Amino acid sequence: MNDGVNGVALAVFVFFFLVVTVLGFMAARWRRAENENSLDEWGLGGRSFGTWVTWFLLGGDLYTAYTFVAVPAAIYAAGAAGFFAVPYTILVYPLIFTFLPRLWSVSHKHGYVTTSDFVRGRFGSKGLSLAVAVTGILATMPYIALQLVGIQAVLDVMGVGGGESTHWFVKDLPLLIAFGVLAAYTYSSGLRAPALIAFVKDTLIYLVIAVAIVYIPIKLGGFDVIFDTAGKAFDQVNPVTDKPRGALVPGDAGQWTYATLALGSALALFMYPHSITATLSSGSRDVIRRNTTILPLYSLMLGLLALLGFMAIAAGIKVQNGQLAIPQLFEDMFPDWFTGVAFAAIGIGALVPAAIMSIAAANLFTRNIYKDFLKPDATPAQETKVSKIVSLLVKVGALAFVLTMDKTVAINFQLLGGIWILQTFPALVGGLFTRWFHRWALLGGWAVGMVYGTWTAYNVASPTQRHFGGSSAEIPGIGEIGYIGLTAFALNLLVTVVLTFVLRAVKAPEGVDETAESDYTADVGDPGVSPELPKVGTGH
Amino acid sequence: MSEAAQEKQPVVTPVRVVIALCLIAPFVAMLWVSSYARRDPALIGIPFFYWYQMLWVVLSTVLTMVAYRLWHREQRARASRDGGAER
Repeated sequence: MNDGVNGVALAVFVFFFLVVTVLGFMAARWRRAENENSLDEWGLGGRSFGTWVTWFLLGGDLYTAYTFVAVPAAIYAAGAAGFFAVPYTILVYPLIFTFLPRLWSVSHKHGYVTTSDFVRGRFGSKGLSLAVAVTGILATMPYIALQLVGIQAVLDVMGVGGGESTHWFVKDLPLLIAFGVLAAYTYSSGLRAPALIAFVKDTLIYLVIAVAIVYIPIKLGGFDVIFDTAGKAFDQVNPVTDKPRGALVPGDAGQWTYATLALGSALALFMYPHSITATLSSGSRDVIRRNTTILPLYSLMLGLLALLGFMAIAAGIKVQNGQLAIPQLFEDMFPDWFTGVAFAAIGIGALVPAAIMSIAAANLFTRNIYKDFLKPDATPAQETKVSKIVSLLVKVGALAFVLTMDKTVAINFQLLGGIWILQTFPALVGGLFTRWFHRWALLGGWAVGMVYGTWTAYNVASPTQRHFGGSSAEIPGIGEIGYIGLTAFALNLLVTVVLTFVLRAVKAPEGVDETAESDYTADVGDPGVSPELPKVGTGH
Repeated sequence: MSEAAQEKQPVVTPVRVVIALCLIAPFVAMLWVSSYARRDPALIGIPFFYWYQMLWVVLSTVLTMVAYRLWHREQRARASRDGGAER
């Protein structure tokens, strides 16, 4: 690695990067409505996107550096255990199908832009709404950090960015530039920028996957050879841990971990502010359900990409930092110009979601912290201004994660975010279906889940790190190793149910529910529901 | 499901049971890891564990599509019975 700069690849990479930058700034003019200074406009693209744009947006969230870098890297490092991402994305669709249309309806009826808006409206509790907002912003940062790690991996392999010995500033300079560009066009164009760039991104990604999945196995001698070589590599005993490096198929001990990671991640995905942003920006309730029938295409891509981890082993790629395995594989296998295309796909594939995520976190801050607690009489123009600034701050927070934390197992960034965001599930999804849970009970359950999850994750050590070294730990009472996020979620739910019984028994005030049952099934054309902009501010 | 806010029409119907089954099946299949944690039979060199899960991507897509179609048809039937624009 780092054997000089790959000039051709770099030139192609820079070319694509410039194209999307121009697109990003032009996006502000695309399908623009009259009122560009409303948060709906900047943060939700006017809420008018159809099936295809929504599909690209959702795909932009789902398939990111996580897909291209982190998952194959996990496979490269440990084999089967990393493949949990495939069942994870399979389970996402039935979940979306069930609860997102309800969220769409109630949000369009009442002008909700964020999950916190909904929680406050449903439970009449500013405290609970604040908890959801803070969790959303916190959980988004490591997820954005994962995207930046993906970009960094590509830059590293291209030879820009330098090795470990280079001065830190020079080393991180290209990353900082990429970051600056991302920040600038998000700032000026809002959600329209990533929506437009997503087309370029997905086209590039499909192209690269199609080529990689056909070309590399042929070059390596077929899947037989690939899995044979990989199987032998995984059987080798690691001298440090005295265990085999990994396995082609999860053993009995690994199956709980596998299933809980898949289920926990699936439940968590649509709690993230950015997934909700993409959903709410769709033009009708039906768009969402229609999307769930075509989104699985992405899962298929994810599965194929995951197999690249095995191919990296079979191709004899040896890297200390697993994140570099796939970029290195591309560089070794492809002609230089196509390496550039592939790296552009990864780079842009990380930038788009990073932009969407930071916009979503910014919306949360503005609506549910700034407006609710700091400046209730803010004008729409002020709201948009604050959102833009916060979208920058969130990215800086993510950058801090990247520059300070160990990134050899980047998938843990995402799993850490999952532990946190999953704790908002009872309030959000519970609230969509029932008003039975008591608002204070939900807050109590959330607190217990957050504390347990963070504390347990903090205490997980890995060979390279003393804290936050992994995302799985023993499940108390069962004794198997499982995803901490899911355990914390179960605890959260238990506390919520028990406290609800108690609070109902003592007749604690329940808070005002501003939604009606029919709001959850309303669609375009019903009274009070428009496909576009309920103006920000009217929901209060 | 709860879209049945209307009175008189039953909440649980055979069609809805089928929809629910379509949506639950992927959970059962994917979370039951021991049912597919093996290497054989391999397909073009890919161990069973991997191609089986990829196959489920396709299966779950088909199931979701069936659920979507059934849902739509039921909504239309209900709307015409009500004589109103119900969703």
